[in-house]
Formats: sequence, structure tokens, C-alpha cells
Amino acid sequence: MSVGIVGYGAFIPRRRIKLEEIAKVWGADAPSYKRGLQLHEKSVPGADEDTVTMSVEATRNAFARSGGIDPVEVGALYVGSESHPYAVKPSGTIVAEAIGATPDIHIADFEFACKAGTESMFVAQSLVRAGEVKYAVGIGADTSQGAPGDALEYSAAAGAAAFIFGDDDERNLAEILATYSWTTDTPDFWRREYMHYPRHGSRFTGEPAYFRTSMNSAKGIMEKAGLKPSDFAHAIFHQPNGKFPMRVGKKLGFTHEQLETGWLSPWLGNTYSGASPIGLTAVLDIAKPGDLVLITSFGSGAGSDSFVLRVTDRIEQVRDLAARTRPQLDTNQIYVDYGTYAKLRGKIRMAE
Amino acid sequence: MRDVAVVGVGVTDFGELWDKSLRTIWAEAALAALADAGVEKIDLITIGCMSPGLFVGQEHLASLLADELGMAGTAASRVESACASGGLALRTGFAEVASGLSDTVLVTGVEKMNDVDGADATYALGTAADQEWEGFHGITFPGLYAMLARAHMQRYGTTVEQFAAVAVKNHANGLLNPHAQYHLKLTVEAALQATMVADPLRLMDCSPVTDGAAALVLTTVEKAEKMAGNRPIVKISGSGLATDTISLANRDDLTELKAVRVAGERAYAMAGKKAEDLDVVEVHDCFTIAEIMATEALGLFGPGEGGKAAEDGLTAINGKIPVNTSGGLKSKGHPVGATGVAQAAEIVTQLRGEAGDRQVAGAKTGLAQNMGGSGGSSIVHILEVAS
Repeated sequence: MSVGIVGYGAFIPRRRIKLEEIAKVWGADAPSYKRGLQLHEKSVPGADEDTVTMSVEATRNAFARSGGIDPVEVGALYVGSESHPYAVKPSGTIVAEAIGATPDIHIADFEFACKAGTESMFVAQSLVRAGEVKYAVGIGADTSQGAPGDALEYSAAAGAAAFIFGDDDERNLAEILATYSWTTDTPDFWRREYMHYPRHGSRFTGEPAYFRTSMNSAKGIMEKAGLKPSDFAHAIFHQPNGKFPMRVGKKLGFTHEQLETGWLSPWLGNTYSGASPIGLTAVLDIAKPGDLVLITSFGSGAGSDSFVLRVTDRIEQVRDLAARTRPQLDTNQIYVDYGTYAKLRGKIRMAE
Repeated sequence: MRDVAVVGVGVTDFGELWDKSLRTIWAEAALAALADAGVEKIDLITIGCMSPGLFVGQEHLASLLADELGMAGTAASRVESACASGGLALRTGFAEVASGLSDTVLVTGVEKMNDVDGADATYALGTAADQEWEGFHGITFPGLYAMLARAHMQRYGTTVEQFAAVAVKNHANGLLNPHAQYHLKLTVEAALQATMVADPLRLMDCSPVTDGAAALVLTTVEKAEKMAGNRPIVKISGSGLATDTISLANRDDLTELKAVRVAGERAYAMAGKKAEDLDVVEVHDCFTIAEIMATEALGLFGPGEGGKAAEDGLTAINGKIPVNTSGGLKSKGHPVGATGVAQAAEIVTQLRGEAGDRQVAGAKTGLAQNMGGSGGSSIVHILEVAS
């Protein structure tokens, strides 16, 4: 018996805005932003899409790949996000009701900047490992906020990924070989109560926060698992822009080929809590049985969760039972202008 | 006046020093200079720092830093002339020793600029412009220097390729300086494609935001001769300070940095030297155009010839007159209050023959030019190997 992922799913909204469209509004130099951030466009949630609806969609896709798990067998469900629709009132209860998993279930919302998604996964798999619950769902979802004109506005995107964990050899599609977390108090990015948009420490978010934390987390789990970069078929890092995940991966010794499958940010943007989890769904969509996969998240504040997964034979039977991730990203896009984007993101002050 | 020698040099690594505070880096440089000099007792500490209040929320630096060094009780003073604060600290220390008011002075410069974000750093630096005539209307330093660049291009035909040549040369030198903030090989093509900051100045025409500190120990040449060992004694033979209008709007001519020319003339006169006597020069290249204009104002090249000189390699380490062998503000970094002291530290290192891979062979006489704002103040020091 081994604990692992027994179902996975992603959801990416159809709407997109191009980096040039945002740069045009602020009089910014689009080519240098594109070069500097390695971003082309980002996803935009529609009027009827938020963290809860995207979580439901992603979770339904996960159940479609679970080989018929009855949602009532889920003993825990966690939603990690920094854009929970309510400040007080859980997102997880709505998601659990929508998939039919209530009331015999433990539910919580997590928040830890961009690593809330892997945090929910970390706790969900731990409860399964402890024997407390049969199945547990961990979700990362965000309709990320970025202040108008701020560098974050070019990256803050929307999307969700959900994972069902179980100790179930029949259904296991990727077993979890190791977990590791590396956390310090490093205040590089924050949003206080009543603030609409997050603030960040500019370049402090880079080397002392993202790179230091991600590198220590990845090195820590490889040491714990006795593995080295060349042992992995794929590695996924948090994706605040297009540039950082490639750079951190290469600093650790991974190749472009190991990193590219889970590297979605150039066309997706930064889905915050959804970022590395959605990257993992894209990897599972194409991974081969036996592949070793590293996922290392990053959340400002700052911490990183890492997992080492080994893909099983079952992956090939389930990956096409729900929408794959890359086609959600690469097809059926609806491109919006900045005005529409501003409306959809609630950036226009309305009559009170 | 007594002859004044530099007997100790200390420079920290320049860069984004996230895990160090202003007092930590300052003490690191100060202790390095004292150790280099082999001196324990000092009469005065001078500190060049532009804006600790805005950058780290701390004023009253002189007492704070004397205490940090375990020297509470020692006379200490902080001086400020925007980005020329370090040069002013050196001139103050020089005057103290030359006049006999102090025998041994610890001259320091420091700035911790990365504890605030880019917008706050831009604001803090902007206070060196004329707020009523410039700052309040929205202009910041890249814009002011862009206007100087445009005027220079219009009158003399200076080109953006010549700006790029300055950046490429300084980054090449910075590769040879272990303390430099950036160790990167820059090409003219890459410089010309860098992000536009203020037309015609691109990112690679601008010096960075930097944390760093530098320190020197000054004493009389007489005392220095007793402690020198095998090292050459480097004396300060000229010091010139001049001001100009802060606001560009009040200047007669935007193609000349008058404060630099006048400060240079004063330093040359005191030292009894001419531009042709110099072997190595550090100038205040906060922007590439500033290096071009400074080399002209100091008489290294004629008016309008500075850009072409850089493009022709005349200012390279092996050129006719090496300029910014340290990498300059562009590559070494520009912790504004530390810069003037760090420039003099580079000249002393060159004149001692201790500059390693960037050593100018046989350098005997050097000049360091520090500047405040867009040329509202400038301080020039001439240093030479004492015979």
C-alpha cells in the first residue's frame, strides 16, 4: 500500500489578455516587459468564475480520473487560495457541497500566498497517510490580484488544480515518495486586511525570497529522498513569471527538457496558489509510468513545499478521462481588451 | 598646510546586501581600512551619506556609527552633498589633517539603498534635484540626465553607440573587480537593446541602486613615512570643491558640467598638475553621458570629444587615459554616499600597485571626481605617489 494521487484535474478560464494590451494602457514598453518577465499573455476569470467555481471544475475533473470514487468517501477537502471570495466563510464548504462530499467531512481553507495550493495537498495526503481518512482532496485555486499598473498586473492570472489522495493501489496514478517543507519568516509580499491589492518588496521578492526558499526546498527533498536532478523526468517550480522557474530549475541542475512541460506561465501567467499544481497536472498529462517528478512550490512570507512523485501504470488509463491541461491553455481562448479585463476584475468603480 | 597621506583602504562588496544593515556594512569597511592602515587611534570619523533618513529611517549617523565601532566619544561628523557626500567626507578629512586640527582621520562613505523599494529609492534620490523647479514637476534623475544627453548629442553629434561604449568598457572593468555589483560581459548590441528608461538613456546607461560602504584612513605624510613598510605612500596633493545651480533650467549651458570643470581646476591648481599628468582617473558615471561630460570637464578630452574617445578605446585600462578601472558606478555599483570614498579607494589601490588584473602599469598620479545631483556639486581629488 502506498499513498499517492488517485485523481487529478485542472481548470483554466478561457479568457486571456495579452501583455501588449496591458502595457499599452500604462504606456509601458511591451517588448522589454516580455523579455524581462518572459510573459506573453495571462488568463482572466470570466464574470461567473471565481476561486470556488474553478475549484469545483478542477475537482470534477479529478473525480473523472479517479476510477469512480464516490465523493462521500472523501474525508477531508482543503482549498488553498489567496482570493477566497469571502473573508469570513469557507470556500471549501461550497466546493464540497457542489461535488456531493458533505456532511461527513473535514474542511478548511488555506492561505499562504502562492503556496496555499501545495499546502492543502500536503495536509490532505498527510491525513490519508495517518489513516484518518480514506480519501482527501487538496485544491489550489486563485483569481490573483495585481494592482493596476503594478508589475504584478502583467502576471496575476486565474486557474485551479485539484488532487485526490488515497492509499489505494488500485487507483494510485502517482505515488508520493517524499515530502519536504522549507519555511522562514521572509516578508517579501503581503496584503493586509481591507487592502484590495497585495504589496511586494520589489527585488527583495527575488533572490532572498523566491530563489533562496525554492532552492533550499528542492535541495532538501532531493537529499531526503537520496535523489539528484538527473533522476527526474520532470520538475515543476512556482511560476511568478516566465523567467524565475526556468532560472531556479537550471540553477539546481535541471535541463530545459525536464522543466518545459510544467512551465506554463509564459502563456498562463501566475495563477498564485494554482501555479505549480497546474504545472503538475500538465506533467501528469504526458508523463510515462515510472517517471519521477519533482514539484516545488513557493509562497511569499515565505515557504516552499516539495513532493517527489513516481508515476504508475494507471496514468495511461485515466489521463484522457477529463480535459487535459495544455489544450485548456492553448485552444478556445477568448481575448479581451483592457476595458473588459478591468470590468471582469472589478477594477472599475461602480455607482454605490 | 601639512601634507596628507592615505594609509588605509577598506571597501565592502557592493550589491543588494539583503542580510546586512547600514551599520554593519559601514563597520565592515571601517574596520578593513583601520586594519589595512594598522592604526587603532583616530581623532575624527567623517561619514558621507546622502539620505539615511529616507533609505533606512535613521539620522544622527555620526554618533550611531562611532558607537558601532566601539569608539563612542570619538569626534564624528556626517556630511552631505547628495551623491558627492563621500567626496565631501574625504575633503573634510583632508582639511582636518592638513590644517593640524586632527592627526589621523577615518574617512567613510555608506549608503544602504535596497531597504526601500524602487519607487521610494527614486524619491529619495530625487531629493538631490531642485524640488521646486524640478522634482515637484515630476522629473527624476534619468530624465534630467537624458536632457543633458540630448543637448550634448545636438551640439556635438554624440551618439547612443558612444554611450554604449562607456557602459561596455565599465562592465569589462567591473569583471576584474571582485567587489563590483555586476560581473557581466556587456556588448554594444545588448546595451542598445536594453529597456528604454528616459530617451535616449536605456537601462545600460544607468548606474544601479546599491548597498555598500568604503573607508580610508588619512594621516600626515610625516607619520605615514614611519608606518609605510614596503608600500608606496599615496598623498592627496589636490582637493577642489565647486557648486553649480542645482536646476538645469538655471544653467547657461547644458553641454558642460561647470561644477566639475571648476572643481577640477581648483584641484589641478593645488596639486600643480595638468590633465596630461594623470595616469588613472575615476569619474562619476551615474549615467554614461555623465562620464563623457566629466572627462571633457576635467580636460582629459576637448569639449564634445568625450564620446568619441570612449568609442575609440582611449579610456580603457590599456588606453591613453584609463577611466573607471574599478568598473565605475555603472558596474561596480553606486551606493551614493559611499561612491566618492570608493573612487578614491580605487585610485589609492592603483597607485599602490595593488589593483590586480585591472592594474594600470606604472600609475603614479590619479584623479577621483565625485558629483552631486545633475552636477549641482562636484568634488575632485588628485592623488599621487609621494616621492
